[in-house]
Amino acid sequence: MSFITGVGLTSYGKHEGSSSLDLMSQAAELAISDAGLKRSEIDGVLCGYSTVSPHIMLATVFAEHFGIRPSYAHAVQVGGATGLAMTMLAHHLVDANVAKHVLVVGGENRLTGQSRDASILALAQVGHPDYEVPLGPTIPAYYGLVATRYMHEYGVTQEDLAEFAVLMRKHALTHPGAQFHEAITVTDVMNSKPVALPLKLLDCCPVSDGGAAFVVSRERTNEAGVRVLGCAQAHTHQHVTAAPALSELGAEIAVAKAKAASGVAISDVRYAAVYDSFTITLAMLLEDLGLAGRGEAAARIRAGYFNGDGAMPLNTHGGLLSYGHCGVGGAMAHLVETHLQMTGRAGDRQVRDASIALLHGDGGVLSSHVSMFLERVR
Amino acid sequence: MQDWTLTDWTQGEAAIAYQCCAACGGVQYFRRSFCAACGAPDPADRRAGGEGTVYATSLVCRAATPETRAHVPYNIILVDTAEGFRMMAHGDNDLAIGDKVTARFELFTGRLVPYFAKAK
Repeated sequence: MSFITGVGLTSYGKHEGSSSLDLMSQAAELAISDAGLKRSEIDGVLCGYSTVSPHIMLATVFAEHFGIRPSYAHAVQVGGATGLAMTMLAHHLVDANVAKHVLVVGGENRLTGQSRDASILALAQVGHPDYEVPLGPTIPAYYGLVATRYMHEYGVTQEDLAEFAVLMRKHALTHPGAQFHEAITVTDVMNSKPVALPLKLLDCCPVSDGGAAFVVSRERTNEAGVRVLGCAQAHTHQHVTAAPALSELGAEIAVAKAKAASGVAISDVRYAAVYDSFTITLAMLLEDLGLAGRGEAAARIRAGYFNGDGAMPLNTHGGLLSYGHCGVGGAMAHLVETHLQMTGRAGDRQVRDASIALLHGDGGVLSSHVSMFLERVR
Repeated sequence: MQDWTLTDWTQGEAAIAYQCCAACGGVQYFRRSFCAACGAPDPADRRAGGEGTVYATSLVCRAATPETRAHVPYNIILVDTAEGFRMMAHGDNDLAIGDKVTARFELFTGRLVPYFAKAK
């Protein structure tokens, strides 16, 4: 048994002068205080990575900087799936009595700490060094390849994909911490600068500074009763060249195993937090997870299904696409928002019922997947 | 450094190579000293004919380095080859999924890369 006992999130966007450690520390402080704990009570630390300040021992660097001496600490690297992979590990660690309170933390000054070109270049290295990278692909190009194929097989259009960017922006408008505060339309997305067609600028998440953290504990520490019901991973490939067919990707495998571990069905889910590095990522994952039929996710957006007041509120903070993406912390914001929704603390964004939530993260090019179900306990 | 019996475009040669496993018949594009499907050692190096079908495309319009920016827009494609492996390459900007294509080699940032055009 494990509970998410506290969460912390900075605003995303520019944090001029803040280092990755500063942003991690800010988020960690918020999460520990939210859990009602003292720093000294944290006995486990899991952190991600920083492309701006790479280090072979980031967790101990962080622990020293933050001023704690945990009995268990190390970094985890699974690209965009890192946040949920760390949460899954923390769940198992507290369940196995290895630690009592595990701090899960990610943060990076990815926007102001390096040039946008440097970020794009660093991320393109998830490609194969001999067979892909020499061809000059970018992360948007890897996902652009997946997008043309998905559109071809399931009849999805660029206008359909644009709906996901518009929805995430609409949600971000209601969150003061989001990177973007101007509404956009499908036409705006269609007219935005081409990046790696069919993906255009507004189909892509931004580069951000920011930090996010949570505390995973063996027992509840306060009112917030958010329990990890079950979780699972799937890793089918690293490079897009070696990816299996669209019908055999890891999201379907991970969610099936997570459902079995949790004893819940998709029809039980009341809130969804799904990785959205690009519009195509969100479209595919929603359909792979069973939150929409094949090629039907965009129609569900148009019908209001994923709105805050819809049947399945989705990424109500604005997701990576509009809250922002600071690396490991990026998708951790999805879990922070889910926690706020489940504990009735989401303010103007509060949904009616977030009693059971499905979270899903993806790293690489749909390479590594983590699915997780959370349950609110009264 | 592995001593391959065949050189290919990744080593500056105008050729596409792949490997074939004698034990299970599996083919693989990324070279290794074993078959990734069954684990058997020493898959045979083969030269591919350069024929294939377009599986996916993405036209890169925003590149990340001055060297690659000089080439935009360029089309990154995945090709399912006649030999049964999938590879990433460049191709004509108007290629569509399902097009039958043939490889040649072009210079990109100073090195030879496979480049596909519609088969004649």
